[in-house]
Amino acid sequence: MADNGTDMDFEGPILELRRKIEELESFAESTEMDLRGQIEQLRQRCRELQREVVAKLTPWQRVQLARHPARPVFSDYLVQVFDDPLELHGDQAFGDDAAIYTGFAKFRGRSVLVVGHRKGKNTKERIACNFGSAQPEGYRKALLKMKLAEKFRLPILTFIDTPGAYPGVGAEERGQAHAIARNILEMSRLRTPIVCLVIGEGGSGGALGIGVGDRVLMLENAYYSVISPEGCSSILWKTAEQAPRAAAILKLTAQDLHGFGIVDQIVPEPLGGAHQAPGEACRNAADAIAEHLDQIVGTADERLLEQRYEKVRRIGVFLEGGAASAAASSNGAGRAVAPGATTR
Amino acid sequence: MAWDSFKRIRFRKKKEMPGGLWMRCPDCEKSVYKRAVEELLQVCPECNYHFEISVHERIAQLVDEGTFAETATGLRATDPLEFVAVKAYCDRLEAARKLTGLEDACIVGTGKIAGHDVVFGASDSRFLRGSMGSVVGEKFTRAVELATELRVPFVFVSGSGGGARMDEGVLSLMQMAKTSAALGRYDEAGGLYVALLTNPTMGGCMASFAALGDVTLAEPRALLGFAGPGVIKNTIRADLPKGFQRSEFLLEHGFLDMVVPRVEQKQVIARVLDHCRIRRSA
Repeated sequence: MADNGTDMDFEGPILELRRKIEELESFAESTEMDLRGQIEQLRQRCRELQREVVAKLTPWQRVQLARHPARPVFSDYLVQVFDDPLELHGDQAFGDDAAIYTGFAKFRGRSVLVVGHRKGKNTKERIACNFGSAQPEGYRKALLKMKLAEKFRLPILTFIDTPGAYPGVGAEERGQAHAIARNILEMSRLRTPIVCLVIGEGGSGGALGIGVGDRVLMLENAYYSVISPEGCSSILWKTAEQAPRAAAILKLTAQDLHGFGIVDQIVPEPLGGAHQAPGEACRNAADAIAEHLDQIVGTADERLLEQRYEKVRRIGVFLEGGAASAAASSNGAGRAVAPGATTR
Repeated sequence: MAWDSFKRIRFRKKKEMPGGLWMRCPDCEKSVYKRAVEELLQVCPECNYHFEISVHERIAQLVDEGTFAETATGLRATDPLEFVAVKAYCDRLEAARKLTGLEDACIVGTGKIAGHDVVFGASDSRFLRGSMGSVVGEKFTRAVELATELRVPFVFVSGSGGGARMDEGVLSLMQMAKTSAALGRYDEAGGLYVALLTNPTMGGCMASFAALGDVTLAEPRALLGFAGPGVIKNTIRADLPKGFQRSEFLLEHGFLDMVVPRVEQKQVIARVLDHCRIRRSA
């Protein structure tokens, strides 16, 4: 895995400018000089710089932002977006996987079930959560609680942030593939509204295992991919060092996924990335979830399931009888779609 | 996902021996009489190694002669990501088409198995490791939808070691959702899905349609799992247990109904179809 520290160079000039502002502020304070004009100017310059940097971010830099050590993780959203969280443990079969959280909570006054990959905020927590890589138990726990939510028609809100499902001997012995497959199938037919939000890493099957819903939202700098850039690089170039190149060809950014019609909405992040203002990131996420939830709550079951099926059914790009049949959606055709593409 | 691990595993071509009467088993490397291998439906008489075979051979082995009618044809993969790495996806596709004579990594259609009407499909491990991109996902889904409509059993033989096809990125990943959702509806409608897993079935294919059979059979010693053995080895930095991720290992851990040698597969599937009759009305 690449070292986050060295890959965040694009943040350098911003941090430098911030330091200058702080210096100037403390200087102004200690000397009681009126430097408000200059400080405001620098702040303005800082915002412009951030805007410039964000506009030029490469897919690999977005991956770095998605993995930023200070980026808000699930536990931040749990605290800031929800009230009265009540965690529910265990898969009633093997264990309780800390890498996936499940529990009831209140979301703007409404009872919901919250499911989220847990990464932890410090080394101790990260180890306890296995860095967000879930075992089969995690997926089975999620399904068990989601079925409970279905019974009481509680909306399900999932928060996706995983480098991938854990590749280990025990995970294979206990059916990692089966657990994920079962979740995907069942989520496609749970009779309750589901909104999924990718908050950081959307690592392949491990993400999709809690990622099928009526709406799929994605934070601006999150990524969602069939394979990690490092894994892709290892396969193609026999080294993980080409990960930046792999990140570019995999088309894994929120913008790409929105173009493919897989993601319904990109949730804006604070300038410079979610870690610059975690509170704002959480508020944006909550607003987006609320907006989409309001649209689907109250939809008749049959219609809800029909629409959820259609959502995944139309994904894919291929030619048929010489004509392009392609993934397209209300978002409009993405760059992947051939000119003149028709919607199924 | 899970691509790296298959390159080393039994993709060697059958070595022809002089005279054409004998061949070398790619697994035990013994010289075996070709006729004996054929009689066992491409299985080594010495070590029971099941050779990887084409979808056409699968159809010939499992579907009643002359009953198979291919459906969902004329679908062609494009290159939505413009995926150019060491080799361009377009070129890889073209080479695979030439090698196998197939449009993509799977074939689906209608037919009969021991007189039972079925929708039948198989993926071909020779076509980009049987991996699932938009076309495989679409053909599989159409096959399941057809089985739902016709109210007949669905039998699918997977040889999809490539998992979700990397060259189509997240579009491939989403085929997992598409195929599984279709199977969910088929299940609701009272359908019967018999999955036969063959060497290799891994990654995104194993973590979607291949793991969702009502009855799941596997060929002996097939490599079946989520993460590739190489990836796991690198992660845990230890040797893997003997027989890890093979059919027998999955049977032992409760994920297969049966491990069935090739010569018995048709008969076993027919018995399952005989027991589980789909109700005519929903």
